[in-house]
Amino acid sequence: MSTVRVPTQLRSLTAGVAELEIHGSTVGEILRKIDSDYPGLGERIFDENGVLRRFVNVFLAEEDVRFLEGLDTPVKENQVLSIVPAVAGGAN
Amino acid sequence: MAFVQSLKCRECHKTYPIEALHVCEFCFGPLEVAYDYEGIASSISREKIADGPPTIWRYADLLPIDGTDYVSLGVGFTPLVRARSLGEELGLPDLWIKNDTVNPTGSFKDRVVSVALTKARELGLKVAACASTGNLANSVAAHAAWAGMESYVFIPANLEKAKIITTSIFGGNVIAIEGNYDDVNRLCAELASEEPTWAFVNVNVRAYYSEGSKTLAYEVAEQLGWRAPDHVVVPVGSGSQLTKIHKGFNELYKVGLLDEEPHVRVSGAQAEGCSPVAAAFAAGHDYVRPVKPNTIAKSLAIGNPADGFYALEVVRKTGGSFGSVTDEEIIDGMSLLARTEGIFAETAGGVTVATLAKLAREGVIKSGETVVAYITGNGLKTVEALEDSKGPTYVIKPTLEAFSEVYASRRSK
Repeated sequence: MSTVRVPTQLRSLTAGVAELEIHGSTVGEILRKIDSDYPGLGERIFDENGVLRRFVNVFLAEEDVRFLEGLDTPVKENQVLSIVPAVAGGAN
Repeated sequence: MAFVQSLKCRECHKTYPIEALHVCEFCFGPLEVAYDYEGIASSISREKIADGPPTIWRYADLLPIDGTDYVSLGVGFTPLVRARSLGEELGLPDLWIKNDTVNPTGSFKDRVVSVALTKARELGLKVAACASTGNLANSVAAHAAWAGMESYVFIPANLEKAKIITTSIFGGNVIAIEGNYDDVNRLCAELASEEPTWAFVNVNVRAYYSEGSKTLAYEVAEQLGWRAPDHVVVPVGSGSQLTKIHKGFNELYKVGLLDEEPHVRVSGAQAEGCSPVAAAFAAGHDYVRPVKPNTIAKSLAIGNPADGFYALEVVRKTGGSFGSVTDEEIIDGMSLLARTEGIFAETAGGVTVATLAKLAREGVIKSGETVVAYITGNGLKTVEALEDSKGPTYVIKPTLEAFSEVYASRRSK
């Protein structure tokens, strides 16, 4: 079982729940599992090619998964996965 | 002045009310402030600005604030200095330095914090907070003290000592995190979800906060006699400042303050030990691959720059370039600026000057251009970086003979 922290922006899809307990062996497997449990969540974090959206960061045990093996990163029992929106300003 | 219409997602254009929101709920894209530019154009004028205070608030019509109850220590309208000696060394006869080292807490961050906390008060938020590499911490702590707000500033524990001391003096809470800036930023992004009544200036009120950097463009245009420069060189940490300077020049034209449409080439400066945006530019990528920072320019040590993508876009679109410079070149840049112009900049300023020199050498910056280099932080904040390279020219005994000896050897050089 792993814990997934959900940011406020997605809690409307999880009935307000901030932490989910999910089984899965990789980051990608866990995130897709959330999508099947909470429909609509997947399209918010993955683009049409199934890649993490540009403004979505996922951290496993506080490390950006882009520094690990991305969605293929193995997840150990009891590790915490955080979904965090990137903080960008924008212009124009 | 109420010319703010809404917040708008930069990616999918969905609109949101004027609240402490920074991310689109649908696509996670960044939110930005949408203005009624026609309204601004009919209200604003060069004369009205000239009659305003000598601070960023002379441009209030172009900032995302409704009232006039500003949180301000007297921020902005810093000198634009004609850099004759430095220009001569670099072969740039029309070079100017925007000297933002002289803001109340010694960096350009006072601009964004003044806007962010003014907005925070309008939104009824009580606690000022931030993730910071130091300059922002100084500014948030100081402005919160002035406004009587509680403050929590989060910094990497390995920050320059001076920046920690100059933050804690203001009496707020300084939380040092065992990690780098990206760790601090991630923690604050998560905390912002848990503490919705706090104003994390660079997280949940970032849409307003980042607008403060536009004043760096407004002031330069006004100080040049209401014209835009041909080329600007801007240090890049998150990339936000660079995109906002570009936006600022374009807005001035949009609201009728500039007669000619500006075509400002925008170039970015990074430290080689943390150059994810410069590397993406050089490789022709349109995405920015995060890095683990290792540089003395700690105020620019952001390995996963939030606005990196947009900064790349602006630099490419305007025909600018990127430079990245080593720690040694940074110290040389700081020395060069100090010795030619009498301005003591922090390490980030060394990055800017060294990049300016590099781009001038490469011919990217042309000698016929009006060039402005943005020097955004004070050298007293990062003296630790100079400990090994700067010191007394001579150490002597307190006698006339001893001095005569070194004076003679000095004169013979």
